[in-house]
Amino acid sequence: MKSLGNVRRSFAPWADSSARPYIAFENVTKRFDDFTAVDDLTLHVFEREFFSLLGPSGCGKTTLLRMLAGFEEPTAGDIFLDGQPLKNVPPHRRPVNMMFQSYALFPHLTVADNVAFGLKQEGMARGEIAERVGRMLKLVRLEQFASRKPHQLSGGQRQRVALARSIAKRPKLLLLDEPLGALDKKLREQTQFELMDLQEELGLTFMIVTHDQEEAMTMSDRIAVMDAGVVRQVGTPAEIYEAPSSRYVADFIGNVNTFEGRVTAIENGMADMAASDGFAIRTHAGAHGRSGAHAYFAIRPEKIEVTRQRPDQEHNAVEGEVWDIAYLGGLTVFNVKLDSGTIVKATVLNTERGVEDPIGYEERVWLSFTPDCGLLLEN
Amino acid sequence: MAQPEQANRTGGSEAFRRIAIVVPYLWLLALFLLPFLIVFRISLSEPVLAMPPYAPQFDWSAGWQEFLEALSQLSPANYLWLAEDALYRNAYLSSLRIALISTALTLLIGFPLAYGMARAPERLRPILLMLVILPFWTSFLIRVYAWIGILKPEGLLNQFLMWIGVIGEPLTILNTDTAVYIGIVYSYLPFMVLPIYATLERMDHSLVEAALDLGCTAFGAFWKVTARLALPGIAAGCLLVFIPAVGEFVIPDLLGGTETLMIGRTLWIEFFANRDWPVASAVAILLLLLLVVPIVLFQNAQARAQEKAK
Repeated sequence: MKSLGNVRRSFAPWADSSARPYIAFENVTKRFDDFTAVDDLTLHVFEREFFSLLGPSGCGKTTLLRMLAGFEEPTAGDIFLDGQPLKNVPPHRRPVNMMFQSYALFPHLTVADNVAFGLKQEGMARGEIAERVGRMLKLVRLEQFASRKPHQLSGGQRQRVALARSIAKRPKLLLLDEPLGALDKKLREQTQFELMDLQEELGLTFMIVTHDQEEAMTMSDRIAVMDAGVVRQVGTPAEIYEAPSSRYVADFIGNVNTFEGRVTAIENGMADMAASDGFAIRTHAGAHGRSGAHAYFAIRPEKIEVTRQRPDQEHNAVEGEVWDIAYLGGLTVFNVKLDSGTIVKATVLNTERGVEDPIGYEERVWLSFTPDCGLLLEN
Repeated sequence: MAQPEQANRTGGSEAFRRIAIVVPYLWLLALFLLPFLIVFRISLSEPVLAMPPYAPQFDWSAGWQEFLEALSQLSPANYLWLAEDALYRNAYLSSLRIALISTALTLLIGFPLAYGMARAPERLRPILLMLVILPFWTSFLIRVYAWIGILKPEGLLNQFLMWIGVIGEPLTILNTDTAVYIGIVYSYLPFMVLPIYATLERMDHSLVEAALDLGCTAFGAFWKVTARLALPGIAAGCLLVFIPAVGEFVIPDLLGGTETLMIGRTLWIEFFANRDWPVASAVAILLLLLLVVPIVLFQNAQARAQEKAK
C-alpha cells in the first residue's frame, strides 16, 4: 500500500493494538447548563505523542484540556491518565502542567520566580531550584531577563516564560492551550519547531489545542479534528489531509474542491460518478462508494492539472474559463469557472523561472486529474 | 508655513495646562491650607470669655508693632496641656484602637463580600454593586439612628434573639464599644468593599488556575495569588476606613457609652461644651499629624514599589 505522505519520525504506537493509551477519554460528556461542550467522546493518546486538538472555537477542544488539568470535571464518563482514573483528583495533585492561552504569568513575580513557582510548591531545595530555573531560562534563551517582571517583556518573551514555567516541574504531560496564538507569523513558525525539538528532547507527551490547521499539521504526530463536542477524525497529518473521512474534515484542513453527484456504477473497486457539473468522474470506490448513492468527490487543488488542450482521457476532465489567477511565488493558483458556474481551484507549482506563453485570464482551459488523486465521500 | 500656527496652538494648550494645574492648587490653598493655618493659629492662643473666644486677636489696622506684639503672645501651652493630661492621651490611644479593630473587622467582612461579587456571574455584578452603594442614598445620620432602634434593649435584635430562644433576657449592646464597632463596620463597609472589588474584578482568573496547576492547594493559590494581587485594594480600603474612623464623632456619640473615649468626641466637647477653642484646635492639629504620618509613609512605600516595578 502506498504511504500517505512523509512521517516525522518512525513512531506509531496508535497502530499497535497492544499499546496502552497514556491518556484515555472514555465516553466523556461535559455539559454547561444546557450547552453540551463535549458529547460522549472517546479518545486515546499515547505516551510521548505530540497530539493536537483542532477545531473551530466552541468545538469543545479547550474543555477537553481543562478536564485533563482538573479545572473541570466531566458530567459523565471517565478520564484515565497512565491507567489511573482522574476523577476527583484536584489539579495540584495531577502530574500535568498547562501552558495557558493568556500565559497567566504572575504579574507580581519576576521571570525567575514565575519559573520557580511550581518548584517551590514541591518543596524542592533552594539550590536545586536555582539550578533548575537557570537551566529552564537557558532553554528558552531568557537568562538575561531573569529579574524582569512580566510586564517588562515582549509577547514572545512572555510566551517563552510561560513555556519554561510549565515544563520546569518536568510534568509527564504538557497541555498547551493555543500556545502560539498571540505571536506573529514568523515567530510562530520558529516556535513551532522549537516546541517539537523540546518535546523530543524531554520525552514528554504534548497535548495542544489550536484552531490553526497549519500549526497542527506542522507539529503533530496525530490530530483530532473536532466539531461541536465530537471528534470527527483522528489521524496523522497526512491521513487527515489525504484521506479525510468527511467533507467537514477535508474542508477544515487545507483547500479542497468538492463535486456533488450520483454514483452510477462500481466495477473492480472503481466507481463511476456523474457530477452535477456535467462531467464523468472515475475514482477508487473506497469505503463510501455504493452504486446509485448520492456522493461527493473531493480533490485538492494541487492534484488538478491545468492544460490548454483537451487531455486524452474520457473521465476526470472538465472545461472552464480562467476566472482568477493568484501568483504566490512558489506556486500559482488558478480559479477556473466551469460552465455550470462552479469555481474550481487548481494550483500549479512554478518549477521553472518564467514560462513562454502563460495561461491568461478568460482563457478556456481543461482541468484534469487521475483516478488516484481524489476521494469519494458520503457526507 | 504651518509652523507659527502650530507654535501658537501648542502655546495655547500650554497656557491651558498651567491653568488646569493651578486651579486645584488654588482650591487646596483656599479650602485646606488656609483653614488649617487658622486652626493652627487658634491652637496657639488662650481661651477667653469673648467673641471669638480666644486671644490674642490680630488687629490688622493697628500696625506692624502691634502685630508682632500679638504674635509674641502665641504659645504652645495647649500642646503641653494635652501632653500632661492623660485624658487626651487615652482618647487618642482609644481612638486608634477602636479604628484599628473596626478596620480589621471591616476587612474580615468586606473581603469575602468583594470576592463573592467579583466571582459572581457578570450579569449579576452591577446589581450587587448597586446593593453596596444603595445605603448612601439615605442620610448617614439617619442610618446610625436606625441602629439605635435595632440595638437597644427592647430593640429589634434583642426581640428577635429572645423570640428564637437564644437568650432569656435582653443583651446590653447599645452604649457599649460593641455598638460602636457595629456602627463603624456597617457605615464604612462600602469603602472597604469597592476598592477590593475593583482589584479582584480586574484579576485574570487563569492566574489562580495556573497556581493550582503548579501545585498550590486551593488555599495556597488564594493566599499567594488572589490575596497578594488584591493588596493595593486592601491597602486603599483599610486607609479609607481607618482614617475617618479615628476621628469619628457621630457613631461613638450616638451608639457608644459614656466610657467610649474617642478623640472626635473629646474635640466636640472641648469645642461646644467647654467653649475652649484653642484646646479643641490643638486636639485637631494633633489628630491630623497622627494621621498624616502613616499616610505619607504608606504613599512613600507605594511610590517606591512602583519605581521598582519600572
